[in-house]
Amino acid sequence: MDKIRALIVDDSSVMRKIVERSLRQAGIDLDKVFEASNGAEALASLRENAVDLILCDINMPVMDGLEFVRQAATLESAKGIPIVMITTEGSENHVVQALTAGARGYIRKPFTPDQVKEHVLPVLGKKP
Amino acid sequence: MSTDTSFVTRSREENWQPILELAIEEVFEIMVGTRVKPVSSAEQAPNREFTAMVGLAGSLCGILTICCSRKTAQALTQAMLGVAAQSEQEVRDALGEICNMVTGNFKNKLAGTDDRCMLSVPTVVSGGEYSVHSMLDGVSITTFVIFEGGPVSVTLQVSN
Repeated sequence: MDKIRALIVDDSSVMRKIVERSLRQAGIDLDKVFEASNGAEALASLRENAVDLILCDINMPVMDGLEFVRQAATLESAKGIPIVMITTEGSENHVVQALTAGARGYIRKPFTPDQVKEHVLPVLGKKP
Repeated sequence: MSTDTSFVTRSREENWQPILELAIEEVFEIMVGTRVKPVSSAEQAPNREFTAMVGLAGSLCGILTICCSRKTAQALTQAMLGVAAQSEQEVRDALGEICNMVTGNFKNKLAGTDDRCMLSVPTVVSGGEYSVHSMLDGVSITTFVIFEGGPVSVTLQVSN
């Protein structure tokens, strides 16, 4: 698999580390990991950095994950980049909102590395 | 189910204690890598050096708090990350995230609640001499787990 540049968006630095570890455990070869602690920081990061994959929480201060997905859809530099939500919000309503806004996958916390593999590899065009 | 939809009534009829305990067990097993068995009482109350809180608003209003000692919070952080915490900020962050996941996991297990109930971002208080008093008038459920010899209390307070 080609090396991947990922953007991990979560207000918890501990969770960002766990998500990065889970991506590596899923066999994803990470070239570079960018981090953001809310949607606004993530949009700023996307204007500066080219990435292949975005993993994003929903409940965050400043700008939540759903609003980030909506705004990222209008950002030229973010077009076509798969976004996978990783969140404690597990309702069908949240899943529908996220997928409608443009997210390509949805993982509920708590999550295992296998769940990350199952949901992330397909959006990268790989078999889990 | 009764037509009385108050959460005090629901919590009794549906017996939320085991639902909360299952939510805790899953978070500890999956994210902390440790199997724990919640119990309704502990021989020793946890030292409240760290208290993490997540609020619930909407169809279910309340607060979930997790309390433990500094030593236990540091051990939880190390278990989550696989390495020792680099700062107290990281310990607060980890405990807040555990609280967030327990609250979300509990909410997702309650039928008919998850779509119309929002979680706050976590707040973590650290120190020694303080008490947490909720203004909620309703039901309170407390359960305990022992992690690496240290008690951890998990309390759900729900407004009626």
